[in-house]
Amino acid sequence: MSLESILAINGLQVVISHFPYLLEGAALTLKITVLSVLFGMVLGLIAGLFKLSKNRILYFVATAYIDFFRGTPLFVQILLLYFGVLPFIIKTDSPFVAAVIACSLNCGAYTAEIVRAGIQAVDRGQMEAARSLGMNTRQAMTHVILPQAYKIVIPPLLNEFIAVLKDTSLVAVISAEELTMRGKLLYSTYFEAAWIWGTVAIMYFMMTKLLAILGDFIERRMATE
Amino acid sequence: MERIVRLLIAGMLILGLAFSVTGCGGQAGENKAPADKAKPVLNVASETTYPPMEFTEKGEYVGFDIDLIKAIGAAEGYEVKINSLGFDALIPALQAGNMDCAVSAMTINEKRLQAVDFSKPYYTAGLIIAVGQNTEGISTLEDLQGKRLAAEVGTTGLDASNKIKEKDPKTTIKVFDSVGEAFMELEKGGVDAVINDLPITAYYIQTKGKDKVKTVGEVFAADDQYGIAVKKGNTELLNKINSGLDKVMASGEYDKIYKKWFGEQE
Repeated sequence: MSLESILAINGLQVVISHFPYLLEGAALTLKITVLSVLFGMVLGLIAGLFKLSKNRILYFVATAYIDFFRGTPLFVQILLLYFGVLPFIIKTDSPFVAAVIACSLNCGAYTAEIVRAGIQAVDRGQMEAARSLGMNTRQAMTHVILPQAYKIVIPPLLNEFIAVLKDTSLVAVISAEELTMRGKLLYSTYFEAAWIWGTVAIMYFMMTKLLAILGDFIERRMATE
Repeated sequence: MERIVRLLIAGMLILGLAFSVTGCGGQAGENKAPADKAKPVLNVASETTYPPMEFTEKGEYVGFDIDLIKAIGAAEGYEVKINSLGFDALIPALQAGNMDCAVSAMTINEKRLQAVDFSKPYYTAGLIIAVGQNTEGISTLEDLQGKRLAAEVGTTGLDASNKIKEKDPKTTIKVFDSVGEAFMELEKGGVDAVINDLPITAYYIQTKGKDKVKTVGEVFAADDQYGIAVKKGNTELLNKINSGLDKVMASGEYDKIYKKWFGEQE
């Protein structure tokens, strides 16, 4: 096959000429992911600590939140939030805002369980030792327990972030023009399934691989300390 | 140990329940099958959230297109099986050979003719603008420039919306998987207008969108015609569908189906 005959393939032409269009979609995917992960981490840390709290109300709130968002499909959560709940709460018609809220809440629920497991994995003796040195529970938590828990939670957290990145593809359903939606729009115009979805898959893979490499790097840094 | 046993029993109960439900469904299907066993199956693809052309009622696929393809199938000796797909997946499913034909209020146009072959046209539709009940000052395509629009992926309504955006880049378009979501977005005020096929929009404002959504202006692209799509080059099936369509039209069955879904108008 000569170069010309390869370049004449219709699907390849579509993919090449629309590469910037797909790249824009990938940029939005990254934007939704980064924001959702940031908000999700904050939410997860709070909910995870609440779940370990002796306060009944805090425990109940955290459990209800985690159970709901882990126990229902993200796809349903996105539709419910965008069409059913958000219109009555905030005045926005932006699918981007709805996408970030839905993904953050979902990510927060999973992160909460990771945080809880990470804290509980720190040896009980650590808390007892800190307390016997005269620290109160809060001090022991921030200076002794959490620094050790960080290390434990990094691999599962990274796993969660990769999952969030892939799950953002679901927000296509509320018309957020991220990578999957851009793929859908191209595919409904040119009908080149293999080329278009193949390209989209490679772009997702490159993004998740990048995240994994970054995670490995952080893990190694932490290990040498 | 006791715990594990209890968990296992619970799991088996759930599985059993799931199988008993699907089992019933399977039996109902089998009961229908033997009578038509000799007939070849015509696998029909349709985006079944498009009332009154194709939608679900009491768990069955119903609508104008569904009745029509079943009549054509009966005339040509096929057992028709309806499969629900996304609108953007219809043509790729034909190309890949997963489906035999697509009946889904699909307008015959240049773009699609490059990818598939169409039967004779069977319905003349056209596009119409829908806006919220209280919207004033929108009645033509020009009025939509710079406004917020919604449309279903892969439709001629989306093509029309894109043309408006080409003229005025400030126009925003939200694209949804089904037109029902586009209408929902219109109802909650997330967009100013939805451009879509006339019969579907007309049906919507008479039913769910009553007193919330209205149509404005004239029907445009009024010569847009729906056709049944088959894989490019599948002339054998195309001839059968065309001959079935002729028979259904000649026998008066087409008129009956038309009246059933659109009443006496026209």
